[in-house]
Amino acid sequence: MSAASPDGAWRPSELELGRRAFRRRQTWRSVLVSALSTLVFAGLLAWAVLGSPGWARVAETFFDPEVAIASLPRIAQGLLLNLQVLVFAAVGVLLVAITLATLRTLRGPVFFPLRAIAAGYTDLFRGVPLLIVLYLVGYGVPALEFFPRLPVAVWGTIAIVLVYSAYVAEVFRAGIEAVHPSQRLAARSLGLSHAQTMRRVVLPQAIRKVTPALMNDFVAMQKDVGLISVLGAVDAVRAAQIETAHYFNFTPYVVAGLLFVLLALPMVRLTDWVTARMRRREQIGSIV
Amino acid sequence: MSRAADEAQPPAGAAGEREPVLALSGVRRAYGEHVVLDGVDLEVRAHEVVALIGASGSGKSTLLRTANLLEPIDDGVIRLAGRDISDPRVDADAVRARIGAVFQHYNLFPHLSVLDNVTLASRLVHRTSKAEAERRGQELLASIGLANFARAYPDRLSGGQQQRVAIVRALATGPELLLLDEVTSALDPELVGEVLALVRSLADGGTTILMATHEMAFARDVADRVVFLDGGRIVEQGPSREFFAAPREERTRAFLARVLPG
Ligand SMILES: Nc1ncnc2c1ncn2[C@@H]1O[C@H](COP(=O)(O)OP(=O)(O)OP(=O)(O)O)[C@@H](O)[C@H]1O
Ligand SMILES: [Mg+2]
Repeated sequence: MSAASPDGAWRPSELELGRRAFRRRQTWRSVLVSALSTLVFAGLLAWAVLGSPGWARVAETFFDPEVAIASLPRIAQGLLLNLQVLVFAAVGVLLVAITLATLRTLRGPVFFPLRAIAAGYTDLFRGVPLLIVLYLVGYGVPALEFFPRLPVAVWGTIAIVLVYSAYVAEVFRAGIEAVHPSQRLAARSLGLSHAQTMRRVVLPQAIRKVTPALMNDFVAMQKDVGLISVLGAVDAVRAAQIETAHYFNFTPYVVAGLLFVLLALPMVRLTDWVTARMRRREQIGSIV
Repeated sequence: MSRAADEAQPPAGAAGEREPVLALSGVRRAYGEHVVLDGVDLEVRAHEVVALIGASGSGKSTLLRTANLLEPIDDGVIRLAGRDISDPRVDADAVRARIGAVFQHYNLFPHLSVLDNVTLASRLVHRTSKAEAERRGQELLASIGLANFARAYPDRLSGGQQQRVAIVRALATGPELLLLDEVTSALDPELVGEVLALVRSLADGGTTILMATHEMAFARDVADRVVFLDGGRIVEQGPSREFFAAPREERTRAFLARVLPG
């Protein structure tokens, strides 16, 4: 169908050019349609909320711009603590979870105790609510007076690592099991040891497979770091609480909430992008 | 059948008097009640190409895996170059490092480039320097016409190209024996030829090969000896041309009648 050209190179045919023009028009039309429907929807929503009888009072107690601006510095300060906890917790969770998942793949009777401990750990910490683990670790463990006095944020981080590593270990284990057994056979028949096979062949593939799920757990953790406020750590949530009491106004909570959303957004977008990219890789060339 | 037929014609110049590269005697393997290998005796001599044929489920793959210590045995002895490798004290990883193996599918590691696939065992197991391993790897890839794909990932290769890479990967560390388990059976018909051509050139080059195959014509043309497995036992074996021209056992004839066209 391609038109001949003097230099013999391929030029799109009339038919193809026509198809491209049609597709361009289609794209424009769908952009217009979606913009219009968004406007209509937002308008309806605004009309319903703003027109409600209690809106004036809600606006005053939850959306007071002056209170928002006044409380922002302290809350942002608190968010820095959340960020620190998040970074340490993420690293801790990854290390503990990979170790747990690897322990559960060990074969042979010698490793029974390790396997059993790993299995018991994941069962336990997936079952207990995070809040309870926070209280137990944050108040109970220091009361043993066995450890030096540490900031509450440290205990909070440990509690988060305990709970999240149990979940993430299961994600890794699913990933490890999703690697085709032939891969293990191929590696072992090349003479690689069990450990080499795990580290060079199985884990790299498993991690790739579970990356979207891991990123999702990370997003969940991003907001759960706000729970360390129950231990009295002055993070964004606790700071908002203090500001709320000070101004007799709930706006600081809304500010803290928005900050958490802003913190999560890049990761959420990245997760979507990675997931979409992996899906594309798996169905190369196909458009359905 | 006579003993003489068993040992007939090792390829000219092969070390007939030396220890066989691989020797199974009385090897037994059962899954619960189901006896898959029921006292198998088999020898593969240096530079010999032995084809293992038999119906689906006759135990060809199991036999190859036991030779590679990927499958435990319930009785019998397996020797590699004279040394008993079925002894539990033997370092199985070290034994496998001396044997190359290629299976039906999913052989290549998808997260490693083609070249890294080929050099992985040299670097990790044999502690060859990266430069030396890559030099050898490039050489092997060039020998199968895939030098341009060294940095590509396996998913860019056709099935036939992937299997050929898997075969040279198994050879990269200079193994004493190559085990091939139906390396073409997962391939589209038009890709089978290129893989068989590679196996044929290895056979011509003197590589010692034990291969399970459904390709009867290929077994007849390339193998020095054909071994027919049925009901967990070796029913008949012999030089490949004789084997196909004049099978002695009734079960062999019945099997060949089923798998050979015409
Ligand atoms: N892990 C296992 N557990 C139980 N039975 C098994 C197992 N592996 C193999 N078998 C059985 O052992 C028998 C031999 O299997 P094997 O894969 O060796 O046959 P094969 O000759 O390679 O067949 P094919 O030509 O289909 O590849 C089969 O009946 C199979 O069902
Ligand atoms: Mg098989």
